[in-house]
Amino acid sequence: MDKNRYAIAVEKLTKMYGNGETEVTAIADATLQVQPGELVALLGPSGSGKTTLLTCIGLINEPTRGKVVIDGITVADDGWKNGIDLKRLRREKLGFIFQAHNLIPFLTAQENVMIALEINHLSKNEAKNRAIDLLTSLNLGHRLNNFPSALSGGEAQRVAIARALANKPKVILADEPTAALDTDNGKNVMALLKKLAVENRSAILVVTHDHRMVEGFDRIFQVSDGRIVD
Amino acid sequence: MNLAIRDIRYHRGRFILTSIGLGLLLGVVMSMGGIYRGLIADALSILHASKADIWVVQQNSNGPFAESSRMPEDIKYRIQAVPGVAAASPLSFQTIQVERQGKPFRFFLIGYELRGIGGPSEIVSGRDIRQKHYEMVVARAMGMQVGEKIHLGLHDYTVVGITGKIVSSSGDPVAYVSLADAQDIQFKKDNDAIRNERARVAANLADLQSLAPAQKNYLRQNITAITESTHTVNTVIARLAPGADLREAQERIRRWNHFKPVSDAEQTNLLAKGMIEKARMQLGLFRVILLVISAVIISLIIYTSTLDKIKVIATLKLIGAQNRVIIGMILQQSLLMGIIAYGIGYGLILLTYEKFPRRIVLESSDLQMLFGIVMAICVISSFVGIRKALGVEPAEALGG
Repeated sequence: MDKNRYAIAVEKLTKMYGNGETEVTAIADATLQVQPGELVALLGPSGSGKTTLLTCIGLINEPTRGKVVIDGITVADDGWKNGIDLKRLRREKLGFIFQAHNLIPFLTAQENVMIALEINHLSKNEAKNRAIDLLTSLNLGHRLNNFPSALSGGEAQRVAIARALANKPKVILADEPTAALDTDNGKNVMALLKKLAVENRSAILVVTHDHRMVEGFDRIFQVSDGRIVD
Repeated sequence: MNLAIRDIRYHRGRFILTSIGLGLLLGVVMSMGGIYRGLIADALSILHASKADIWVVQQNSNGPFAESSRMPEDIKYRIQAVPGVAAASPLSFQTIQVERQGKPFRFFLIGYELRGIGGPSEIVSGRDIRQKHYEMVVARAMGMQVGEKIHLGLHDYTVVGITGKIVSSSGDPVAYVSLADAQDIQFKKDNDAIRNERARVAANLADLQSLAPAQKNYLRQNITAITESTHTVNTVIARLAPGADLREAQERIRRWNHFKPVSDAEQTNLLAKGMIEKARMQLGLFRVILLVISAVIISLIIYTSTLDKIKVIATLKLIGAQNRVIIGMILQQSLLMGIIAYGIGYGLILLTYEKFPRRIVLESSDLQMLFGIVMAICVISSFVGIRKALGVEPAEALGG
């Protein structure tokens, strides 16, 4: 496997919880690769292990065995690699989109994007300019100073996408990004993700159990009982 | 971007209400400190007004404030004769409670020699007492006007002057009359009492077989005048001549006059450490309890506020926020709450302290120390929230 070709490369990843009689295997020998500019789905029912796989790739959950490579950097090889700075990698390489948008309620739309940039050491002015550009490009220029509570579901999710894109990550991980949206808004979000994957050359891995949204994906991995079956 | 301020801006109603509550609590803590300082100031106000170097009191007593002390008035001549003493005057003290305008009216009456020391230290309106009888100077806190009359003992007394803020150690405002008037008020019997006394003496004399009838008759008529001496005072205060040795003067009074000479410093100590020690401890303990309550409240507020932000904290961690961003948010919020609450408490006490029935003295050193303690409490209280926040897993941001 030429790991450097892929934005995400996962090889025989296993994640187990507990030990002895209480040991549960959440992911077993999962292998997948996602290229830059690809929009890929992890499809499966609730409890199938797709979110666990996403958290392992998202450097949140330590894999028990197997290898994870993000943008050519091996981050896990039978556990986290020694000396790896997970927070920094998350800041610089990854963008996250959540089911319930997870915008910070006490920050405006613009500040929600700015915070991701400021955490990554951008100056306030740079962060502000980039946040305004991003939100305007996502048709949210009129909502810059609105708090999340004043945004519609679709608008809030677009702000969340802007935040995920803020640091121009190589990999965007989305956990059920359309689950809280109606069909039209869901399709709009998927179209937007597809467009961004191509434009930004980002690999986008989407966890979903929503079969309505499968049309736009380049590839779909079916997850069942902790295994990638297709 | 300051997340603490953004959060406060968004939840400003809740934050302001919490800060007001905490501010009221801190206001009470400040007033406790002010009351304590006021107790000391009150206790020492007569001391400071008299500007005495030595308080000569009854032997083996710690009078005239901490214990009772009675001594003959003419002791002043012996004290005046002590080398190094420039002036000595007797003083008489008594607490008086009369009814005025249908309400109890309580004050502390000082009798002093008009040409001696120990009288009112200042006259803010009217004049000093000039006549030996029936004139008085009152503290402003008594609420009397110049020219007003008050009945004390057997006579009416006219207010001729108002002095500044001077109170007794128990907080009662002070009034001054001449020593002779003070002794009259304290010891002079009214007509009924004199008649009763005569009857009692006559009954006792009738039992004495050894006295001739003429002697009995003489005694019956004059016994009251013989036994009723009003020339008793509570203390004689002395001022030393410049350069005189305090210890030497004290030693001479102690050795040759058989009275206890209490220096001004010793008297201050007796009043500040002795008389108000329990009140000080009580107030101190109360302050500590209130500060502990404040600490618990701040901890709870910060902890619940952190619990409210678990998803926010998890999201921040997920997008790679450093721990210092999260610690800073919680710590700054806690400190801001402390600063605002302190400001509210301070403002409250500043607006109300003159309306307290007893004197409140706000010392800047006390206020600075309290501010330091409040800041320390805020830092310590935020640890609970910070501990909780640092334990939050980024994965908690996922899911619905």
